[in-house]
Amino acid sequence: MTELLYDADEEALRGSVRALLVAHAPWQRVLAAVDGGESYDETLWRLLVDQIGVTGLAVPVEHGGAGAGFREVAVVLEELGRAVAPVPFLGAVVATRALLACGESTLLRQVAAAARDVALAVGLATAPDAAPGPVTVGPGPTLSGRVPGVADTAPNGLLLVPAGDGLYAVDAAEPAVRRHSVVSLDGTRPLVDIEFVAAPARPVAVGPAADTAVTAALTAGAALLASEQVGIAQWCLDTTVAYVRQRHQFGRPVGSFQAVKHRLADLWVELTEARAVARHAADRLDAASSEAALAAALAQAYCGPVAVRAAEACVQLHGGLGFTWEHPAHLYLKRAKSAAIAFGTADRHRAALARLVDLPAPGTVDDVTAGHTGR
Amino acid sequence: MSDHTADGLRALVAAFLRRHDPGGDRLGFLRARFDAGLAWVHHPPGRGGLGAPTDLQAVVDDAFAEAGAPDNQPRRNSIGLGMAAPTLLRHASEAQCQRWLRPLWTGEEVWCQLFSEPDAGSDLASLRTRAVPDGDDWVVDGQKVWTSLAHEARWAILLARTDPAAPKHHGITYFVCDMTAPGVQVRPLRQVTGEAEFNEVFLTGVRIPDTHRVGAVGHGWQIARTTLMNERVAIGGRPMPREGGMVGVLARLWRERPDLRTGGLHEEVLHAWVRAEAARLAALRLRQLIAAGQPGPEGSAVKLSFAELSQRISGLEVELRGAEGLRHDDWTMRRPVEPDLLGRTATYRYLRARGNSIEGGTSEILRSIIAERVLGLPAEPRVDR
Repeated sequence: MTELLYDADEEALRGSVRALLVAHAPWQRVLAAVDGGESYDETLWRLLVDQIGVTGLAVPVEHGGAGAGFREVAVVLEELGRAVAPVPFLGAVVATRALLACGESTLLRQVAAAARDVALAVGLATAPDAAPGPVTVGPGPTLSGRVPGVADTAPNGLLLVPAGDGLYAVDAAEPAVRRHSVVSLDGTRPLVDIEFVAAPARPVAVGPAADTAVTAALTAGAALLASEQVGIAQWCLDTTVAYVRQRHQFGRPVGSFQAVKHRLADLWVELTEARAVARHAADRLDAASSEAALAAALAQAYCGPVAVRAAEACVQLHGGLGFTWEHPAHLYLKRAKSAAIAFGTADRHRAALARLVDLPAPGTVDDVTAGHTGR
Repeated sequence: MSDHTADGLRALVAAFLRRHDPGGDRLGFLRARFDAGLAWVHHPPGRGGLGAPTDLQAVVDDAFAEAGAPDNQPRRNSIGLGMAAPTLLRHASEAQCQRWLRPLWTGEEVWCQLFSEPDAGSDLASLRTRAVPDGDDWVVDGQKVWTSLAHEARWAILLARTDPAAPKHHGITYFVCDMTAPGVQVRPLRQVTGEAEFNEVFLTGVRIPDTHRVGAVGHGWQIARTTLMNERVAIGGRPMPREGGMVGVLARLWRERPDLRTGGLHEEVLHAWVRAEAARLAALRLRQLIAAGQPGPEGSAVKLSFAELSQRISGLEVELRGAEGLRHDDWTMRRPVEPDLLGRTATYRYLRARGNSIEGGTSEILRSIIAERVLGLPAEPRVDR
């Protein structure tokens, strides 16, 4: 049975991560990093890797990791979402899931030992059931093609690139790998377009094993992003509640007006549900359950829009203040809106659910057959 | 205490079953189960319990069910078990508990609740039913409404105003009213579905002995809050499986009737399915919190979502059925113990679901409660206190 609470180890991990983020990632610093056009906060990332060991959490002990699991990863992501921390953890976890599916012990050891940043070279908006990407395989092998909108990559890290019928490892520092920076909606998770010009590559999986690895990685991304969205929504709710309690207009706290209270109460209900959905999705990943795909689709069909509504309410209920660059609400709004597209929109995940739980769209093959046989 | 483990309680049930034949006299069996402390295991000894943790109740219930033992038919006495009993346990005297708890639990005596009035709904504390002292009795006059089970009940928990001069929350006293007493008149209240689950209750010169007063005079409102809190946290006995509720009816209809499918309704069905599954997981998480001894305010979220979902899903089902959705099965005036949600036409579900956001606290009041008690937002300025 799915376990939806946080255990003591998970709460302890949350405490460590939060303490580190409070000390090293106040929103003023996040905003400064965004303003400065940095790709992510390298100092903060090293602290998370070295002090908390975040990159080894999902790596089993036999591959040199902590053997904790995706439930713990999800707790870290809640805290990172809460702080809109500009670190490439989600991308690292997604790539780790692909390596786990391939049984790539050497690379997993490097990831766990924090010797190498690794990312899956697909666009952030790619859903688990998306069609293969645009990169082609040439002799050597070498890879060619352009992958737009990739998140969480390091200039000197390792890229896992789905190409042809395989999954390939490419060194991002190769001259044949060109990074074109993008002005991103979410500056705390900036994107790059990556161009491969006959870049030397090593296959890590070929054929169905490569497909399986990429799908598993993107499914993990969709499932775990939900915890980040819970963290975003929680910060937005907490911050807004604190503000409307002390802000006065018409001689009374803004938070005493029913229109404001009911909007926040509804948000609290949605957040309560989103937390259960996100915990379920993380739990099913760890259980290696056949339900993982379903739980991940549910997570993105539900949690993405909740985080967006929370961030929009945060801007709205802060009034003019919430519309300024100097207040952090916009960082959360941009992260939430961008996250609602990452790993596929809610609509795409509803379409996936329609297949997974047998609620077919009108006119699908199943529909026509069933109609003719009068089932 | 060593017995207060799942295994310890299973052993107690096994020992009880050796002494009492589950196939024998039903009432005798239930009374003995109460006396053995295996009714509400979290109650203190002598009041149907053992002082054990609440989450072990399910272990005991399961052990009796496996043995094929008769249960106390909890749905027949939902107000008594869910609301009156926790209130009596906390606020009633020893003598009152001795008199009322056992027949309440066994189902020998059904209870109802005389709280709401025609002019006191969400604003319950404005109630006007009067109780005036007269010798060792109180004399009660007034009208109550939305009383489920009043036509079957032996007892009622009753709120009445005993001090009209006091501020409204302070002038109320909590009583137990004998529903067979002279002056109690029960009339069915027909509802939008055509049936009558509820009643109007007219109280005319009803004499209630002072020994049936619960708690101090003027403390009724605080005691009522215990009752109402139990109304809001009450969630079902078993975790719901996926598609276990009304969404399952909708999903099966979608699968079985391709001829009804349209693109717009497909979107709505998927939205409803997602929302229902999220609400189901939140309810499951709440159960896990309660079992872990960390009950939180999540019960309010569960009730709000349930009301919204049952309305949305039943409305969607009627629309999906199209021409069939224009046909209703039966408007006959009946007196159901509980609504037959799955056995009747979609139109019945649609109409009955309208009540879900009104009964047990309207959704509007619930949102204000969440905002004030969970989020800590300030109350609206009030003119009535």
